[in-house]
Amino acid sequence: MSTALRGSTLLRHGLFFLALALVLLLLTSFVFDAYTNYNVTEVAIYAISAAGLTVLTGINGQVSLGHGALMMIGAYTTSVLLTWHPDLPMILMLLVSIATTGIAGAIVGIAGARLRGPYLAGATLALAVALPQVPSHFASVFGGNQGLTVVSPAPPAFLGANFSPEQWLAWITLAAAVITFFVLANLVRGATGRRFRMVRDNEVAARLAGIDVARTQVLAYMISAACAGLAGSLFAYWVTLTSPSGFTLTLSLSLLTAVVIGGLGSLTGAVLGSFVLVYLPVKTGDLATTLNLPSNIANNVPTAIYGIVLIVAILVFPRGIAGGIASIVRGAGRIVRSSRSPAALPASPESPSQ
Amino acid sequence: MHLFLIYTVDGITNGMVYAAVALALVMIWRATRIINYAQGAMAMFTTYIALIVIRHGAPYWLGFVVALATGLVIGAVTERVLVRPVESRPPLNAVILSLGVLILLEAIAPMLFGGQTQSFPVPVSNTDLLVGGTSLDISPFALFTIGAVLIAMLLLFLVFQRTTLGLRMRAAAFNPEIARILGIRVGRMLTLGWGLAALLGALAGMLAAPSVYLYPSNMDEVLVFGFTGAIIGGLESPVGAVAGAVGVGLALSYVSGYVGSDLAPLGGFAILIVVLMLRPQGLFSFGRQRQV
Repeated sequence: MSTALRGSTLLRHGLFFLALALVLLLLTSFVFDAYTNYNVTEVAIYAISAAGLTVLTGINGQVSLGHGALMMIGAYTTSVLLTWHPDLPMILMLLVSIATTGIAGAIVGIAGARLRGPYLAGATLALAVALPQVPSHFASVFGGNQGLTVVSPAPPAFLGANFSPEQWLAWITLAAAVITFFVLANLVRGATGRRFRMVRDNEVAARLAGIDVARTQVLAYMISAACAGLAGSLFAYWVTLTSPSGFTLTLSLSLLTAVVIGGLGSLTGAVLGSFVLVYLPVKTGDLATTLNLPSNIANNVPTAIYGIVLIVAILVFPRGIAGGIASIVRGAGRIVRSSRSPAALPASPESPSQ
Repeated sequence: MHLFLIYTVDGITNGMVYAAVALALVMIWRATRIINYAQGAMAMFTTYIALIVIRHGAPYWLGFVVALATGLVIGAVTERVLVRPVESRPPLNAVILSLGVLILLEAIAPMLFGGQTQSFPVPVSNTDLLVGGTSLDISPFALFTIGAVLIAMLLLFLVFQRTTLGLRMRAAAFNPEIARILGIRVGRMLTLGWGLAALLGALAGMLAAPSVYLYPSNMDEVLVFGFTGAIIGGLESPVGAVAGAVGVGLALSYVSGYVGSDLAPLGGFAILIVVLMLRPQGLFSFGRQRQV
């Protein structure tokens, strides 16, 4: 059994994510209250999008300051389809949103594959500002600035009359997140992930090794956009209103900061960053309320603290929360090891492999 | 034809404000290889400070000087305290750091100054000039905007090309290692460069505020359009940045005039993509193609 586990990444990941799904199912059903479920759904939505961005920016090395715009494409695909055909099943909506956003991502990726560094950042930033203007202008299809209403999916009858729609949406979103992370974890570990990383680390070497750099970058963009599309579709159900104001520049920037704060290039980091993104404002907002601050201060305390956390984190933990935890664990391990064998060689301050 | 003239004048006026931002971004990019996404937020902050000075009865020009001076200080302090530690780290760290500064400034501003939109005074009239009963389609304030940015550019050009200090700053940006060997205090030059860039940004903030009004995120779009202009011009070239930014200003003005104002950002994005597809390094960058 243990050799089979070590041998097959797919099996190991499968068991891990199955266990994770079971734990989440139990937590959302019996432990969490409605408000926690609501927040956890938000975390899962951001985590799906952030995971896609991790693959793009962390693994493949392409910066995107416009992932909010891709989420918007997913959200509007779902919302427009729902206005036309309210009876279609939710799973179909999610799949179509993944497809349309994936195609949009491929187009952005084809344009982006020629661009590097700040040029790519600037182009995606311009996309993040420009795209929300489309639904405002073409109001007949997209509902203008008022947006389109989305009806949250009703839980199936066999779950009982008391089963709340929030809990049902939490189940669906968490299931979608677990599947996304399962797929991405395998992808990142496999040949595709290695190609992504090689293109990131050394384009010339990748080209010499026979990798089509541009195609790899477009593929990374497409996968990343597909995740953003799924997240956007779920976001539409979660907010129940899809309007341009839901997809501001702030959303795009928040996603990138969440990915970096969590730990760039790590899927665990994407989850941690999403937790920070959702819970830091909630917790600091509570704090501001208890302190009885005037409203113009209290309303902005969460954002200010988020800014401070970003600055401090980048100065103190340049490799994010996941990297910080890893180095603490490594440091602790080193202390344990050196206390066991005092004659051991002095540990080098920084291992050469990084 | 008359409309075309109006849109052109508008485009050039706005373009000059974007050009100030673009030039500030290019200065910082050339010196430290960092895009300062907080450039707009810093300008918003200094403009609020100018408004406070003016509201307390001081003349516009005192507010103007205070804003530029505050910009110089904010830029220099940001470089020295926050940016210096990440300069040698991966580029994304600097991106996140400047986004952090952007988020922080836009959260502190409503705490200090209130979050509501405020109007901002102009030093000279904002209505179109009349000569013998016919309108010239340009206001004294538009002329002031264009003139102020041109003068700022001229001064910067003189400082960089004609003074020892400017020579030192260029050396520090061009090759820090060699500059250090020659006895130039590279760190100080970078701090000063950030300060001057933020001063230029503060000027853009003062010039933009009467038309976009003053609120904590009022400079977001100005920053994006300035950045777009800088990229179109190629981040290496100050002349390119100015030309690109004026081009963006014109394009936005024509799109919003002839198609619809809400589509203007989309027009800016379209132009950016077209230019970058033809020249991925921008229009005004020559040589140094990163190729195999």
